[in-house]
Amino acid sequence: MNTNVHQSNSLRLLVGDTMVNIAVLVKQVPDSNSKIQITGDRVDLSSVKMDISPYDEFAVENALQHKDSSGGTVTAITLGGSGADKVLKGVKALGVDNIVRLDYDGFMDSNGLQSVLASEISSGGYDVVYCGKSAADTGAGSTGPGIAERLGWCSVSNIIDIKFENGLTVTSPAEGGNAIISVNLPAVVSCDKGATKVRKSNVKGIMMAKKAQVEVKSVSPPAASVTIVSQVMPPAKPAGKKFEGAASAETVAQLLRDEANII
Amino acid sequence: MSDTIVIAELSKGKISAITNELVTAANQLGSNCTLVVPCNDSAIANDASSISGVSKIIAAKSGVFSNYDAASWAEALDAVSPSGIIVTSASTQSKDLAARLAARRTISVVQDVVEISNDGTVLTSPVYSGKALQSVKLSSDAVVSVRANVFSPADNSGSSEVQVIDTSGNVTTALKEMVQRASERLDVSEANIIISGGRGMGNPGNFSHLEEIADKLGAAVGASRAAVDTWDEIPHSMQVGQTGKTVNPNLYIAVGISGAIQHLAGMRSSKYIVAINKDADAPIFQHADYGIVATWEEALPILSSSLSNLLG
Repeated sequence: MNTNVHQSNSLRLLVGDTMVNIAVLVKQVPDSNSKIQITGDRVDLSSVKMDISPYDEFAVENALQHKDSSGGTVTAITLGGSGADKVLKGVKALGVDNIVRLDYDGFMDSNGLQSVLASEISSGGYDVVYCGKSAADTGAGSTGPGIAERLGWCSVSNIIDIKFENGLTVTSPAEGGNAIISVNLPAVVSCDKGATKVRKSNVKGIMMAKKAQVEVKSVSPPAASVTIVSQVMPPAKPAGKKFEGAASAETVAQLLRDEANII
Repeated sequence: MSDTIVIAELSKGKISAITNELVTAANQLGSNCTLVVPCNDSAIANDASSISGVSKIIAAKSGVFSNYDAASWAEALDAVSPSGIIVTSASTQSKDLAARLAARRTISVVQDVVEISNDGTVLTSPVYSGKALQSVKLSSDAVVSVRANVFSPADNSGSSEVQVIDTSGNVTTALKEMVQRASERLDVSEANIIISGGRGMGNPGNFSHLEEIADKLGAAVGASRAAVDTWDEIPHSMQVGQTGKTVNPNLYIAVGISGAIQHLAGMRSSKYIVAINKDADAPIFQHADYGIVATWEEALPILSSSLSNLLG
């Protein structure tokens, strides 16, 4: 079934109804190369360099490309304490129009997090939300699809390519290959790296971002039903067997059969 | 104790063996496990009838399950699932579904669980790319996704009736085209054995030596970020690591990979790790169960012929 109606770009510009209100969710996390330390039974981030979560960079790029293609505004939203403003300024320098921080410094379970984000998206009147496929700290990937469900929107996750035509056309890995999926707005799109090349900020952007105001909003999440009991280092792996010389490959193959029972 | 619901994991239109592991996890979290099988054709649910520790099987039958669409899958599965703790696999697709199902019920989701306390109240997942483990307590129902190769599979000595329930959901996205992978080889996210190459492979053409071994083992071929960034011929879809895929296969063979923290983040939870590297001080050896200090040019042919002998 193909009911695509071809519409020329000039006509779309004339009509002027394709201006899109775009949100992108960004999160501050420890830099990928940082060492994680534990104090007591909690991760101690006090001496860790923080940065934007890697996949969020692809979300920001896709949001900016969407604006480049259709016109509109891009608003970056984060949730965190004032330390997270740095991430917002960083994406402002890339060309994001508005920066918003939901002020909350502490743990929220996924229900609380999604509920405050969904309510912000809803009141902002957005047409589309971009986010990273998962945040580098939790690795969960729950926020995008969870917000979409709360808003009653469709969601596509882990996309590796996107085209801004007839709604959106995205590519997402599926069993045995890649699925090319058409998506109508409103939608939540979670982004993987794929072939996306992210833009860099220039001096002008950085100067503008310095002066930009972060819009700070207070939030009140529902009571948590998931609480953190402890955070610990993973148990050290027992020392493995190390062999010198290529001939030991035969020994290793045998061990994979006799000791590991894998082959 | 909460009732539990397991959403069966599917692979190539059939119930995947990891479903047995999910049942074990569910019975640690609660009791009275209902297994829900998303399907077009309810016959596939019969394969689950022998899984032990299942009280009831629901074949959730709907056309929406032809292609993955998160919204309609969540709606159709929610409609047939009783209340309780829902358990899914932690595959990419099932984590996505888990998040939507939880949001639909306004409950929380706990992803990538690798340990459940004996009393079923404390769940542990890797955080910070596996650099730490986080344990949480639930005070109400939740959706829990469980990593593969962690819980021992429930055996197949049971017998449960399959109840077929028609269900539906509002499909919100449209699959335009499936682009099949050119090669028959598995993707790293689907494979139980992975052999990966790094920049130490010298040039992308040398990945053919990894493919040769992969074909013997039924393995997927992966790559480090350094390899993906250096060579256009090595696509990002092969990348294992923090900005690539997180994998936990039974066996991970790292060839010419030094073991940067970026790479370790994506594979350190593999059950067995073999490292082949000419640099005896490469960090990868600290994580390897079996390390071979040698050039890949010398070691791979011997590994390959030894595997051939063993596999017959």
